[in-house]
Amino acid sequence: MFLITCPYCGEAREEQEFSYAGEALIKRAPLDSSDAEWGDYLFNRNNTKGPTLEQWQHTLGCRKLFMVERNNVTNDILAIKTFESLRSDS
Amino acid sequence: MKRLPPQPCERINRKQRLSFKWHGRWYSGFAGDTLASAMLVNDVTPVARSFKYGRRRGIMAAGVEEPNALVTLESGSHHHTPNVRATDAELYEEMQVQAASGVPSLEHDIRAWLKPLHRFMSAGFYYKTFKAPKNWWPWYEKGLRRFSGFSAAPSEPDAEHYDHQYHHADIAVVGAGPAGMAAALAAAQGGARVILLDERPAPGGEMVSDCATDQQARQWFEATRQALETQANVSILTRTTAYALHDYNLLLALERRQDHLALKARNPQHSRQRSHRIRARQVILATGSHERPLLFANNDLSGIMLASAVRRYLHEYAVLCGDEVVIAGNNDSIYVLASELLNAGVRPVVVDSRDSSLDTAALQQRGAVVRTNHAIIEAVGSSRVTAVRIAEIRQTGNRWDIVSLKETLPCNLVALSGGFSPVVHLDCHTGSRPVFSGEFQAFMPACDRPNRFVAGSVNAHPDWAGCRDDGMHAAASALAALALTPSSPAEKPRRKSLGTGPFLYLSHKPDKVFLDMQNDVKASDIAQAIAENYRSIEHIKRYTALGFGTDQGKTGNVNGIAVASAVTGIPMEQIGTTTFRPMYTPVTMGALAGEETGLLYDPQRFTPMQHSHVQAGAQFEVVGQWMRPWYFPQGDEDLHTAVARECQAARQSLAMMDASTLGKIDIQGPDARELLARVYTNAWAKLAPGKCRYGLMCDENGMIIDDGVTACVSDTHFIMTTTTGGAARVYAHLERWHQTEWPELRVCFTSVTDHWSTTAVVGPKARRLMEKICSDIDFSVEAFPFMDWREGTVLGVPARVMRISFSGELSYEINVQANYGRYIWDQVHEIGQAWNITPYGTESMHVLRAEKGYIIVGQDTDGSITPHDAGMGWAVARNKPYPFIGLRSLSRSDTARADRKQLVGLLTADPDTVLPEGCQLVRHPEDSAMLGHVTSSYHSPTLQRSIAMAVVRNGFALQGETIYARPVSGETLPVLIRDTNFYDAGKEQLDGER
Amino acid sequence: MNYSWLGVLKAGLGGNQSWTPAWPDQEPREGYDVVIIGGGGHGLATAYYLARDFPGKKVAVLEKGYIGGGNTGRNTTIVRSNYLWDEAADLYEHALKLWEDLSEELDYNVMFSQRGVYNLGHSLQDMRDIERRVNANQLNGIDAEVVSTTELKQRIPIMETGAHTRYPVLGASFQPRGGVARHDAVAWGFARAAAARGVDIIQNCEVHALDIEAGRIRGLDTSRGYIRAGQVGSVAAGHSSVIAAMAGLRLPLESHPLQAFVSEPMKPVLHTVVMSNGVHGYVSQSDKGDLVIGAGIDSYSGYSQRGSPHLIDHAAAAILQLFPVFSRAKINRQWGGIVDVCPDACPIISPTPVEGLYFNCGWGTGGFKATPGSGHVFAHTIGQDSPHPLALPFHLDRFTTGALIDEHGAAGVAH
Repeated sequence: MFLITCPYCGEAREEQEFSYAGEALIKRAPLDSSDAEWGDYLFNRNNTKGPTLEQWQHTLGCRKLFMVERNNVTNDILAIKTFESLRSDS
Repeated sequence: MKRLPPQPCERINRKQRLSFKWHGRWYSGFAGDTLASAMLVNDVTPVARSFKYGRRRGIMAAGVEEPNALVTLESGSHHHTPNVRATDAELYEEMQVQAASGVPSLEHDIRAWLKPLHRFMSAGFYYKTFKAPKNWWPWYEKGLRRFSGFSAAPSEPDAEHYDHQYHHADIAVVGAGPAGMAAALAAAQGGARVILLDERPAPGGEMVSDCATDQQARQWFEATRQALETQANVSILTRTTAYALHDYNLLLALERRQDHLALKARNPQHSRQRSHRIRARQVILATGSHERPLLFANNDLSGIMLASAVRRYLHEYAVLCGDEVVIAGNNDSIYVLASELLNAGVRPVVVDSRDSSLDTAALQQRGAVVRTNHAIIEAVGSSRVTAVRIAEIRQTGNRWDIVSLKETLPCNLVALSGGFSPVVHLDCHTGSRPVFSGEFQAFMPACDRPNRFVAGSVNAHPDWAGCRDDGMHAAASALAALALTPSSPAEKPRRKSLGTGPFLYLSHKPDKVFLDMQNDVKASDIAQAIAENYRSIEHIKRYTALGFGTDQGKTGNVNGIAVASAVTGIPMEQIGTTTFRPMYTPVTMGALAGEETGLLYDPQRFTPMQHSHVQAGAQFEVVGQWMRPWYFPQGDEDLHTAVARECQAARQSLAMMDASTLGKIDIQGPDARELLARVYTNAWAKLAPGKCRYGLMCDENGMIIDDGVTACVSDTHFIMTTTTGGAARVYAHLERWHQTEWPELRVCFTSVTDHWSTTAVVGPKARRLMEKICSDIDFSVEAFPFMDWREGTVLGVPARVMRISFSGELSYEINVQANYGRYIWDQVHEIGQAWNITPYGTESMHVLRAEKGYIIVGQDTDGSITPHDAGMGWAVARNKPYPFIGLRSLSRSDTARADRKQLVGLLTADPDTVLPEGCQLVRHPEDSAMLGHVTSSYHSPTLQRSIAMAVVRNGFALQGETIYARPVSGETLPVLIRDTNFYDAGKEQLDGER
Repeated sequence: MNYSWLGVLKAGLGGNQSWTPAWPDQEPREGYDVVIIGGGGHGLATAYYLARDFPGKKVAVLEKGYIGGGNTGRNTTIVRSNYLWDEAADLYEHALKLWEDLSEELDYNVMFSQRGVYNLGHSLQDMRDIERRVNANQLNGIDAEVVSTTELKQRIPIMETGAHTRYPVLGASFQPRGGVARHDAVAWGFARAAAARGVDIIQNCEVHALDIEAGRIRGLDTSRGYIRAGQVGSVAAGHSSVIAAMAGLRLPLESHPLQAFVSEPMKPVLHTVVMSNGVHGYVSQSDKGDLVIGAGIDSYSGYSQRGSPHLIDHAAAAILQLFPVFSRAKINRQWGGIVDVCPDACPIISPTPVEGLYFNCGWGTGGFKATPGSGHVFAHTIGQDSPHPLALPFHLDRFTTGALIDEHGAAGVAH
């Protein structure tokens, strides 16, 4: 059970306060994609071992979603990013 | 055995005598005794029988590493405690103790009678046998299970309760021996908030024995103990075992708050045990080490003990475990014990496997006999040890040989020290692997996770002063990590050496050399496992059961690795250990659950009207966390009769329902309407303020996940209702899509489920009632049509009144601020008496909606049903500017098939037959291939017959045809497929009485 | 050497010196017709059935650690086949039938104990789902019955069936042929039987890369060198996505930690298997006497083989809802595995876009019970280079067409 620092609330809190919300940065396939492309978007995942970028929601706090880079073997949290930061980068 | 005269540091209170009952006989001990020390002083032996061979066993250790002495306390009572280690159970007055082993009894064990067969019961024999003929296995298994287990399981409800406590600490120190005490004090003096934990009743650890003989030790110990007690920023938890260390320094510890008290003295208000959850910024593990026994034939006999245990019994409990003593070992600690035994008047024989250069002249002068380059090769005795045979030995490379058999030493106590295994368990719980050290002949903690330190004997310091200094050094490091400074500098101390010799395995009578006492794993079993190619240490463990016991191999595992090394020639560091996992010592199930028992297992949610429902005699249904009225029986009505009455009231006159549990989400912002269009399948562009609309929600896979009515308050403000069970899920669903996919939408959501309460007034007379209780809304059909809502004042309370219907009848849902909910409910109930208003629950709600063919998401749908499958293609707007969630999925090749399972209505040929819900459907009476199943099925009081809804493969095309229901019990029944709207297809009821 | 009482007697008389390896450790050869990645139960079973049913093929199993060290040795050993959907029920029933003869087939006692499995219902919807599933099972020829609370109390007197719990038990489904087995023995038994038929079992051999040329598999780079392979079957459970990535493929999988724990051994007290999805806990008592308890999966993905402690606490609380008398029993050990979870809670047994490369994965929390069936249909899928009829619905195609077999969406069935 790890600690996550919510970038909005600014505090390290128990993982139980948060909800895992899947791999981050999955691009939604367009309506005119083929069945195969749509299926890939809908179901296929990188499911990488080691450092991964994932979405978490501060469910029992501010309810904001943000991104956590976590080594999913050691549970070490390497970075925490907001979606806003992603948009200002690009 | 005998109790010695008072010892300088003994922890017993001789003024308080306690009695305990062992197998029907009363014995006595002193307050401060463990059950084991009291048993030793009373010469109770054997205390246990071994698991496989039923061998007689005595007490081997003085702490949690004890493999043998498992007992049952308070057998058969509400305090029945299985598998208690006598060595760390504190004695209390009138303790009732029984052995946890022995079939049929401790005195007479069948397994011991089978001794001639033991040679056929080597490692894994059961994998090779009992397998033919195959239908005999249940009988074999029944027979084998008879011998399984130690204590009986409790049979009565627990008399006591448990709780959890949460802590935050700057530094948590595990273990209050000299290292832990020094660390805790230094950390506290450096300004940190400290928690110090120790599994024993009082601090001191192994140092208590040192205090008995070392004045300097005693002075330091007393001063430190007092300083810790007066230090405001230290919490000391004794009788508290740290049982797990998780990521980010989450330390779990079990405090035994009342187990040491006589049953009569326990406070029922207090929990029996408490699980502490400590988040520590830094953790210092001062967990000590466990001594290892030596390997020789019959090393499991009663009277063969760990040397450190003999020492503890001597100093802490003033118990001399034997008066004819052989001490054997491979390190210098044995001479300390020899000296202390001499002080107690015993002249031991010391058998040292090393070619020791230690000067033992003084000891020998005092009467001890010392044999170096010698080892015990066999113990002799039946019910307990009576002698040992020793031999001169020699090591060549990795191999040990017996040079010559020397002598037989009569004895009644053998004290063994095969070196020390650091207690690395907690350090390994987060994935670290211990590292073998040749210097210390031990697996050392890796301590490679952040914010963690080890100190003391776990870090291979053998002496109290070294442990103390190491503790202070660890504290300084932990303080530095917190940007604090220690009050005095601490150097990393140099380790003293015990000169521990290499592991000694002679392979003499390996089938009598016990490694895991509890599971009867012998050296020969390890050798056999390896011969059978179970060579990985994990395979050896699993094949032989080495370390599988309640002691988890604290004394036996490393010796097992040493034997594997000797047999294979692979160095111990390459063999490695098995994985150390929580729990360090076993933890009571009740303590894990804490207060989450009985009704507190999960929160119960009630609507504001709950008390009125209870007063009205409602029966309740569990819906997620909610308790919802199921039906309101009058007198001795059953469900069927009550529902018939309730439905009739709704259809013919007036009824009311508590709809407060439906999820409610307040959606505001300029793009609120756009958001609705994207999350619901249907169109939202034209919904005007004052209007409501039904919405159907899919996941991206195109399957229905929720439905409900949304009201438009203004162009930028909507109130969404969700299903009762789906509220939290839908709320998170909206947030996820908004925040990750559509952040450009200016909209926000607030869950307002608990802010509003909803009383639904249902039936032809509903308008009559509403007109009576609300004067500022025009309820005429023209002014307030179906699917509109109005703001007004109901019974003096500001309200939003929605004219929506889940029954097909005229119906108004009165939404008020939740605190007024019960007032509105009660008033409506009272005023409605003019029309005999009838409260109804979920069951009648289900019947009424089924008569209209309205679906319940989760009952009529199951995660594999699209809007089209549910016959709700009308609610799918394909041409919205932005495609709704799930749209693309609907056109996949399988999802778009015309012959999918589809929701239809069913009528049985016999109107009185109600199909069981869940009942499967087939095309022809004899078929077993299933077309679908019944999702909803009721007796309809309105139609005076049974009705059902079902999902049926290609069901839309099969309308008008007869298929068959094949229920679990009962006969196959013909059923007619039709549409789902069984009642009032012309919607004549919808406007009620004008 | 056949295992028998006679053999045990003979060896015992000789001081147990005469035992020979259950399976030999092999050096990898230059190449194989079929290489199976993953020496767990499913992988070893696949190899065994390949060797048995396709005797011409030279087969190897590569295991990065020790055989049976993954989920095979980390599960709660429950075996049953009472699945809702035809496709799943057929597959698991195929497995259950193989289980019934497995000790004989392998000449190794896997201690398959058909003590029955109860799935409890705690809400009216649970009971509808139970009726639906039991009905479907019966029509599919699978033994199943609906059990009332009264009946349940008679059969399992220590169970709390009264109304005083948070989620009272309203009834159950029961599969009498379900039960438990000795998990390690399954891996070892298949390994021994496979080796006897010529399969090379290569431990401590980790696959680093797949050699693919022109869309066809050619071999594998391993920690023990390059191995040529005509066909490769990946049976790597939680690490399937890692293997897939070596072929440039993505799979519809997420790996999650799953935890279980055992109590100290106690005298026999529970003679069957009890599962509850409603309060999320399942329990049986091993032949050694421990209560074996399964907890839920962690919500987050991961490869750490350890989960969050609150799930252990919650599972203990769930078991105490059902069996309050276990309150003073003690938990001895907990552990975690990595399970590969598929969106529809059904496995993938499928060829891939890479010719000669096959995957068997996605068993989530329910793989152990399928071990022999999974191995058998996968062996035939590889051996004939065409999906076994029972494996066909579990083709990867379903994630394109939408033909999911939604076992967890439907019916409250824990795995």
